[in-house]
Amino acid sequence: MAIKVKNVNYTYAEGTAYEIHALKDINLEIPDGQFVGLIGHTGSGKSTLVQHLNGLMKATGGTIYYNGKDIYGEGFSMKELRSKVGLVFQYPEHQLFEIDVLTDVCFGPRNLGFSKEEAEEKAKAALRLVGMKEEYDRRSPFELSGGQKRRVAIAGVLAMEPEVLILDEPTAGLDPKGRDEILDQIARLKKERGITIVLVSHSMEDVARYVDRIIVMNQGQVKFDGVPKEVFRHYKELEEIGLAAPQVTYLMQELKAKGAEVDTDATTIREAADAIENWLKGRQG
Amino acid sequence: MIRAEGLTFDYERLDEEGNVEEKKRAVDHVNLHIRPGAFIAILGHNGSGKSTFAKHINAILTPTEGTLFVDGMDTKDEDKLWEIRQDAGMVFQNPDNQIIGTVVEEDVGFGPENLGVPTDEIWQRVEESLSAVGMLKYRHHSPNRLSGGQKQRVAIAGVMAMHPRCIVLDEPTAMLDPNGRKSVIKTARKLNKEEGITILLITHYMEEVIEADHVYVMDSGKVVMEGTPKEIFSQVEELKRLRLDVPQATLLAYELKKRGILLPDGILSNEELVDELWRLKSKM
Repeated sequence: MAIKVKNVNYTYAEGTAYEIHALKDINLEIPDGQFVGLIGHTGSGKSTLVQHLNGLMKATGGTIYYNGKDIYGEGFSMKELRSKVGLVFQYPEHQLFEIDVLTDVCFGPRNLGFSKEEAEEKAKAALRLVGMKEEYDRRSPFELSGGQKRRVAIAGVLAMEPEVLILDEPTAGLDPKGRDEILDQIARLKKERGITIVLVSHSMEDVARYVDRIIVMNQGQVKFDGVPKEVFRHYKELEEIGLAAPQVTYLMQELKAKGAEVDTDATTIREAADAIENWLKGRQG
Repeated sequence: MIRAEGLTFDYERLDEEGNVEEKKRAVDHVNLHIRPGAFIAILGHNGSGKSTFAKHINAILTPTEGTLFVDGMDTKDEDKLWEIRQDAGMVFQNPDNQIIGTVVEEDVGFGPENLGVPTDEIWQRVEESLSAVGMLKYRHHSPNRLSGGQKQRVAIAGVMAMHPRCIVLDEPTAMLDPNGRKSVIKTARKLNKEEGITILLITHYMEEVIEADHVYVMDSGKVVMEGTPKEIFSQVEELKRLRLDVPQATLLAYELKKRGILLPDGILSNEELVDELWRLKSKM
């Protein structure tokens, strides 16, 4: 059991006129190796929640267990937690600052106390993991394309060899191919390294395509929690809280509304194509 | 409204003495003509030159070679700079970088105030613009407390208050949640239809392009495809090669066709696909 969130509450500016209850009684368990999608409209509490998971913010009530240990308990090392639970912020390329790609990615492991040689080894492994070829190691990060910069920034977190990787909108502003490349890399990390992934996203299509489980946040609470097709069955309620279902889910609903006997659970292009093919051919045979 | 003739732009890198060390051609001989009142979309991967092109429209950049006319004015003509900027407004990706006022209505009034519009008329324009983007009831709010979509609509209102004839939206929805995205695109369409404002939308969301009058696709600084959304999105493989995508309904139709289901090219919306599937089924 990697992460267990127990009755977590967070209140901004407690006791003042500006008090906001940003997280209300959150209870979650995220097992090792799961690919979790976290969705919710702007201000729903999802960014506040992820910052609790690596100890950047401290709950005003409740606690979080990491591998069974209370992270607020005595003697628990927050520094270690932050290296185990890596957080990639929005537009992480804005945080690139070093003279070349490799040096930038070394920053994390160097900070953790690794020698220059060890840090470089980890940095190189992380860069290859996100698909950055060696020829870029000595280039300035500022000469790279948007998608490449973002991959370097992700490598900066991966070089600390985290067990959990949290990404806040890693594909915002990228072209469709760049988006697919990043998400494919992330899916590969999960598959090949068994890293637990928490993906914060505004794209329902991306979430439907990649994750094992979706957590929906609304007004500081967990509104839905389940596999994509279960969660997207609530598409009307999702719309009420500023979200949506993937486009194909609507298409299946429209077909059904016309009287077609189709399975409306499809959330990806492939699932929708399967369901439509079955419907068309079913009547044929 | 907008006419580009052989528009070319080179980014130059200077060494310490100020000599040109490296040149990168970002826009390469672009010719296009956008008529007043059109809703135009520009697609292209990161680094294809679309934002560099867009920055020419209100003379943030001027061409290295070729000419760009906005409403008949050459953007290289410095005397016309203010007129051009008033005529063609721009909205960028990040709402937080564009809002400067501490109260919504002050922010929207900033543009016309700078143009020297009389006070009474500023207030009138602020009211009209906020109401056009559906944000009038937030006029006394602090922009900090608005959602991303609301902030972008305030940014659009700020441009509207300058009474432009054209608005360039450079990935206005990239940072927004689904509702915010919907509200911004709806606002752009409304301004186009009801106020006759020419809209140039740059986006990576293919769904937002379906209703455009005309689509341009850029690659390596050149316009490589142009046509109606139907014509453009019929070319699934070509768009993928250009690092782009097609709307979900188009992609699903394409997948079904690959499986031998006979569907026509150029399906863009769920409605069209549902109708076609229904037709197919009833013939079986």
